Amino acid sequence: MRDAPSHGFASLLPLQTCDLTFTAANGSRLIHGIDLTLDAGSLTVVMGPNGAGKSVFLRLLHGLLEPTGGTIKYAGEPLSDAIRKRQALVFQKPVLLRRSVAANIDFVLKLRARPGSTQPDPVRRDELLDQVGLLDRAAQPARQLSGGEQQRLALARALATRPDILFLDEPTASLDPASTLMIEQITSDAHAAGTKIICVTHDVAQARRLAGDVVFLSNGHLIETANADDFFSNPKSREAQAYLEGRLIV
Amino acid sequence: MQDVSSAFWIAFGLVAGLDADLLEIIALSLRVSLFALVISCLIGLPVGAVLAIARFRGRSAVLIALNALMGLPPVVVGLIVYLHLSRAGPLGWLNLLYTPTAMIIAQAILITPIIAALSRQILEDLHTEYAEQFRSLSVPAHTMMQALIWDARFSLLTVALAGFGRAIAEVGAVIIVGGNIDHLTRVMTTAIALETSKGDLPLALALGIVLLVIALTVNGLVMALRMTAGRQAYA
Amino acid sequence: MTFIRALATSAIIAAAITTTLVAIASANDRSIIVQSTTSTKNSGLYNVLLPQFKKATGITVHIVAVGTGQAIRNARNCDGDVLLVHAKGAEQKFVTDGFGTKRHDLMYNDFVFVGPPSDSAKITGSKSASDTLKKIATSKAIFASRGDDSGTHKKERTLWQAAGIDPTPSSGKWYRETGSGMGATLNIAVGMGAYAMTDRATWIAFKNKRDFKVLVEGDKALFNQYGITAVSAKKCPSVKTKLAETFSAWLRSKSGQSAIAAYKRNGQQLFFPNAVTN
Repeated sequence: MRDAPSHGFASLLPLQTCDLTFTAANGSRLIHGIDLTLDAGSLTVVMGPNGAGKSVFLRLLHGLLEPTGGTIKYAGEPLSDAIRKRQALVFQKPVLLRRSVAANIDFVLKLRARPGSTQPDPVRRDELLDQVGLLDRAAQPARQLSGGEQQRLALARALATRPDILFLDEPTASLDPASTLMIEQITSDAHAAGTKIICVTHDVAQARRLAGDVVFLSNGHLIETANADDFFSNPKSREAQAYLEGRLIV
Repeated sequence: MQDVSSAFWIAFGLVAGLDADLLEIIALSLRVSLFALVISCLIGLPVGAVLAIARFRGRSAVLIALNALMGLPPVVVGLIVYLHLSRAGPLGWLNLLYTPTAMIIAQAILITPIIAALSRQILEDLHTEYAEQFRSLSVPAHTMMQALIWDARFSLLTVALAGFGRAIAEVGAVIIVGGNIDHLTRVMTTAIALETSKGDLPLALALGIVLLVIALTVNGLVMALRMTAGRQAYA
Repeated sequence: MTFIRALATSAIIAAAITTTLVAIASANDRSIIVQSTTSTKNSGLYNVLLPQFKKATGITVHIVAVGTGQAIRNARNCDGDVLLVHAKGAEQKFVTDGFGTKRHDLMYNDFVFVGPPSDSAKITGSKSASDTLKKIATSKAIFASRGDDSGTHKKERTLWQAAGIDPTPSSGKWYRETGSGMGATLNIAVGMGAYAMTDRATWIAFKNKRDFKVLVEGDKALFNQYGITAVSAKKCPSVKTKLAETFSAWLRSKSGQSAIAAYKRNGQQLFFPNAVTN
């Protein structure tokens, strides 16, 4: 349970959006008035075809984009820097520092260290690297790792912050099956340890493997939310049915 | 063209004979320009990092001004420093005119804009890459600046080399504030100017060749460092 | 973080060295700065005089070699302890303005006209400076002037005036003002095949003569007097008047004067001592 959320804080959940809207600088509306509540407990997968607005939605929730309308509340509180520090996001294409594998973890450990302690904890760093199977690569430059290894490092770095909520944006989109399996395993472990996972994917099979509940977006609209079993066995919306059957939605 | 070939022989003789005066001049050139470089980096890199990250009104005006300052004429810098360090000037009580320190100050002023402007460009490019990740991690601005400078350190070496090259090749500023005093403030460039004014063109050219060799050596060393250490981190 | 430590270390090293440099600069009390001319410096005279003076008194002398005009301006800013130049009028003004204690004649040599062997203006053998300048002006032969308000330049302008010619309207045509030191001006003259006026010491020591020769010499009007003046502590409290007076007195003493007379390049004496010895 070592990656359990940092306690001593009130929970960030439920996460509630109200009429959440986002219009890009060029005027095109990417998110249309989404009302949604996400609770603790189950692993949430955000699904939908390309262009559905999944990544934008995730960035809005994490505060990387400012909503142009509506609200986001975590346990009734508006998103703040203090709340974002209790979240982490893993990007589809990992952005690793131009340093060694270990130094990438150290950077975050030091960033989140308690005031007064300036040195990163080497024991915890090694635990994290071990957890993602990169301990023997600790001294290597991060950018020399393979795509799958880089993504695992990005995941370890996110977990180093002991997040209450972990956002994953298509974490395995361009990875081989073995790497995908490892990433999914680490994600499930984190979920089991009590971290709220919100994972964006367009991969139906992956969604089936991971999801506890599903949020289905299409063209920037929230189409359907359901628990995973119901969604996959009996999708309510025409768009979700088409998507699960692999048909193109026009 | 006879001058050129004899210059090579003289240069060779000077270096091979380890001429004591020449070594003193080379040592002072290196000391002055390297210190000027250290000071310029201590000022210029943070300034470059702030400008790379910060967005504020008038930023483009600041960038234009900074880029223009890269073309600061050495003689003008020399005059400004002279007017300040002169006994009649505001800092005259420091007794710094005609000392190596005065030359360091002048060269530092000359190359700080170069360090700041070139590092700003490099750090801004890197910041574009890191920005979203940093925002996600809520990295404070000063940590961000440190991380950018550290991660771009091998690219910034080239910036430092550009600054060093300008400093060690410059004559206009150091001859005014240093005075080209034998055994005290004579550096390679002022020695070259002196020999030229004596009409000893082969010796002046020979000193120029030695200066070129020094510059080549420094650049070679830095590039070697960059190749061995840099290749890894940049993969 | 390593970066911070590196920054801090370099800052401390820089500060330490700078402090040391400052300390060296100010602690070395037994040294003076002489504002002087390129002509005396480039002749190599100081390389002979200064070691002898140092041996006699233990005082280190630093020479800043610029044009006479610049040297006087620097001394007026209190950036020197001694003024050793060759422009009597300007030196006397420096003293009457209160910047110098007293001006003494030190030594002399003379100015000469040099030019290419082709000598298009036919100045060779002219008996006077005035004739020479008139010939140059009439034939519009190229003449390289210092144009830098130096002692030599001041002298040259006096000579033009005496010849009744104002060369300034021809500036940029046949009259070329280089705005540079004596050596640089000679380099330019040699490069362009132009006439030039130079002090004899610089010419004898000058190594880039090519086929140039002294064409006119010997006119009394070409006399070149050097003077020495200690900067006054009244206007410049920071100067080391005592050391400056010691230097001035030594140069004017028998040992100083004979050292000046003994200095030769290519077998020729460059400066002729004429201080009024006590």
